[in-house]
Amino acid sequence: MKVVGKNVIKIDAFKLARGEPVFTDDFTRQGMLYAKVLRSPHPHARILNVDAAAALKLDGVVDVIWHRDVKAIPHTRAGQSYPEPSPYDTLILSPKARFIGDRVAVVVAESVAQAIAALDHIVVDYEELPALTDMDQSLTNSEILIHEEPDPRGISEAGMTNIAARIDKQVGDVEAALKECDLVVTRDYHLPRVQASHIEPHISIAWVDEDDRLIVRTSTQVPFHLRRMLARILEIPEARIRVIKPRVGGGFGDKQELVVEDLVGVLALRTGRPVRLEFTREEEFVAARYRHPQRVTMTTGVMKDGTIVANRMYVLADTGAYGSHALTVQGNTGQKVLPMYPVANIHFKMDCVYTNNPISGAFRGYGAPQGCFALECHMDEVARELGMDRLELRKKNHIKLGDTDPLSAKLGEGKEGLVRVVKSTGLEKAIELGCEAIGWGNKREPSAAHLKRGLGMALAMQGSGIAGVDWGGATVKLNDDGSVNLSVGATDIGQGSDTVLAQMCAEELGIPYEKVIILSSDTDLTPFDVGAYASSTTYISGGAVVKAAAEVRGQLAGVLGSHWECEPEDIVFSDGMVTGPGDQSMTIAEVALFALYKAMIQPMATASHMSNDSPPPFAAQFAEVEVDTETGQVHLCRFVSAVDCGTVIHPKMVEGQIEGAVAQGMGYALFEEVLLDRTGRVLTPDFLDYKIASSLDVPEMVTILVPTDEPTGPYGAKAAGEVPIDGPAPAIVNAICDAVGVRMFRIPATAERVWRGLKEETR
Amino acid sequence: MKFTLMLNGEQRDFDCEPTRRLLDLLRGDAGLTGVKEGCGQGECGACSILLGDRLVNSCMVAVGQVADRPITTIEGYSRTTRFAVLRDAFGKAGAVQCGFCTPGMIMACEALLRQNNRPRAPEIRLALAGNLCRCTGYNMIVDAVETAAREGKGLW
Repeated sequence: MKVVGKNVIKIDAFKLARGEPVFTDDFTRQGMLYAKVLRSPHPHARILNVDAAAALKLDGVVDVIWHRDVKAIPHTRAGQSYPEPSPYDTLILSPKARFIGDRVAVVVAESVAQAIAALDHIVVDYEELPALTDMDQSLTNSEILIHEEPDPRGISEAGMTNIAARIDKQVGDVEAALKECDLVVTRDYHLPRVQASHIEPHISIAWVDEDDRLIVRTSTQVPFHLRRMLARILEIPEARIRVIKPRVGGGFGDKQELVVEDLVGVLALRTGRPVRLEFTREEEFVAARYRHPQRVTMTTGVMKDGTIVANRMYVLADTGAYGSHALTVQGNTGQKVLPMYPVANIHFKMDCVYTNNPISGAFRGYGAPQGCFALECHMDEVARELGMDRLELRKKNHIKLGDTDPLSAKLGEGKEGLVRVVKSTGLEKAIELGCEAIGWGNKREPSAAHLKRGLGMALAMQGSGIAGVDWGGATVKLNDDGSVNLSVGATDIGQGSDTVLAQMCAEELGIPYEKVIILSSDTDLTPFDVGAYASSTTYISGGAVVKAAAEVRGQLAGVLGSHWECEPEDIVFSDGMVTGPGDQSMTIAEVALFALYKAMIQPMATASHMSNDSPPPFAAQFAEVEVDTETGQVHLCRFVSAVDCGTVIHPKMVEGQIEGAVAQGMGYALFEEVLLDRTGRVLTPDFLDYKIASSLDVPEMVTILVPTDEPTGPYGAKAAGEVPIDGPAPAIVNAICDAVGVRMFRIPATAERVWRGLKEETR
Repeated sequence: MKFTLMLNGEQRDFDCEPTRRLLDLLRGDAGLTGVKEGCGQGECGACSILLGDRLVNSCMVAVGQVADRPITTIEGYSRTTRFAVLRDAFGKAGAVQCGFCTPGMIMACEALLRQNNRPRAPEIRLALAGNLCRCTGYNMIVDAVETAAREGKGLW
């Protein structure tokens, strides 16, 4: 292949490096207004009245809205395919505040400063209600109901309990199987609340154009879902809405959500002026979305020879005040993770509860990092209890080529799913190469006497899009000079999808990558795509690009076949040249001119692609740590990721996905945790108190790509974006246990927690 | 108050409060939107600029504090040969993903290379510690700086 598999320069790298105005906030509109949200100081309270008279008298204040000013149309803010499997439990502005930071009113003013100043002059009459901020209490307490109104729909036990979503699925009979096992091991694992922390905050600018259409320029992962959701809740037709996604400064799932767009939409329609709303970093921590905190109880039944007979996973999760992604994230905790060991008896049960805490939602991995942490730590625990080598236990039981994923048919996107058979896997090879790179079984000496070294590993699998649900479209159009316009609904949020899609287009047409002009994610100008989530873009949207480009190639071959009097199938497209079976030859530009001016056709095609498969990419990840036995401080020395994502379209960018995921996963393991007080108030609303990895923290990383040929993927590709974030936390925590014998059942494994563990060990 | 600032080698006049954040003046009044705001609290480095030779977070500086020192933002720096070397190195190394931190990151690289034209990896890590990137995991950025220092020999 000429372009696929090559490290071309990322299509937007240079303009981004130059700091060109390409992000949402890099341009302003004449007469633009600035919005600010007044947030609830109470975890649970009715909003009886909002008196904005004093605020409206201030200089520059144009409008203040609260729940009386907007129609109550229950919806979910989760950016998912219609009908969304998340509960419709949210209003643009609600008569009840459900967490500290919930929307109460919104101000628009001529400047940000004036909008902020006005917030202090809005008088709100609250009726405080008792609150629930502990998920165990939410599970059992139905005296206090966080969503008690009659209108929400899709809540698991609406009006009766605080359970937002529930799953209970079983393959085989776990209870019976456990009775037959030589050993049964049960443990609880505790996962923290962590935040995506994309460096560009949520930002959206909306205005009404000269055709009375609402234009929303926004930093999003789901432009087409947004258009549909906005149309419904703003009660204007989709035809009157255009969503434009410029460059996005990171998303990681946190922008798979309608977080600010509804407010700028409402306010632009009300005022007739452009309106901008950008979150502060503090608002990101209070009012954006979190990875769901969970407690996972794992029970494994195993025979003496290491054969796993039964696995049970019970998940209790905190969705916070609203149920965005409540069902599907927690569904993934089982569905994406448990098939790693496709045993005959699997039981997955989860309760996802409302609390008066900030809102959980989508974050890279989408439930799988939680489940993978529990399962892969548990494998080490089982191996230890069994007296078996932890690598051997995994090798004996992990999923292999041709195996059927036992859970996928039972657990789809909030409903029954499709049967999944593994048609490509490099997992064995990944384990082998990863072990070699980390020096498995060959622990190095610590660098000082008070330090101890340890090695840990974890296996992970994910999916490539949502089977039978995710799809995307692409249009390819050839121009006079042999360049092509490629327009896709697929959403580049920094991961580089514009680049890999352009590579596939170039490969299929046999033209240089530089000849592809890509336009993505504009609801007026590009075909539909579900958006950037579920590791779907390369696999799903890439499939659409390949189909559309192949069709254009077919059109050209047809025209040239008549001209050259040969079979179209005998015409070859390569290196910017088109050659026939004889000595016929033209450059692609000559072909384009011929098609446009002689044959008088526009070589152009639109294609759609959906897959009933969601082939799992696999990862084997390994950590080497050094633990300070005096302070509990963990130093991550080296991290090895061996990843099978099928055919690699752009090796450097895949490595970039993996290394970035390792840095995020390392934070999950060692230092990231959003702390709340007992009322649900965020205590860590900035990068000083909520630490993400810096250049000084990240370890030496070894990244090994283990290509396979996935028969259902474009050029054999599978996904890469999420799978590498699953393994780091369990691999690191397993390494800590290997070093000092302390099992961290709760992450992050901060120095204090490890030190306390060391003290208990010696007692 | 009236201020005359030396911005990217040009004298420019502004009329604003002396306490106005330099970041707001640069992005708003001066139209230099390559300077990004990621946190507004001096933690992320997306708004990094050079004040003389010194790397600063422009969100933490008031306009009244800087009137006497030349300011370089990515818009000015991107016209230089040194930038071209860094840009190519970033592009090849995979050091740009979403690109939101990149202009600030590149300014931090320039500040480092002015002081140390052959930095070792630990020195690069230290110099970039105030610039957060959530996408790359940093190692590709460190590679890019090493490459740029090598390829741009004699420029710094």
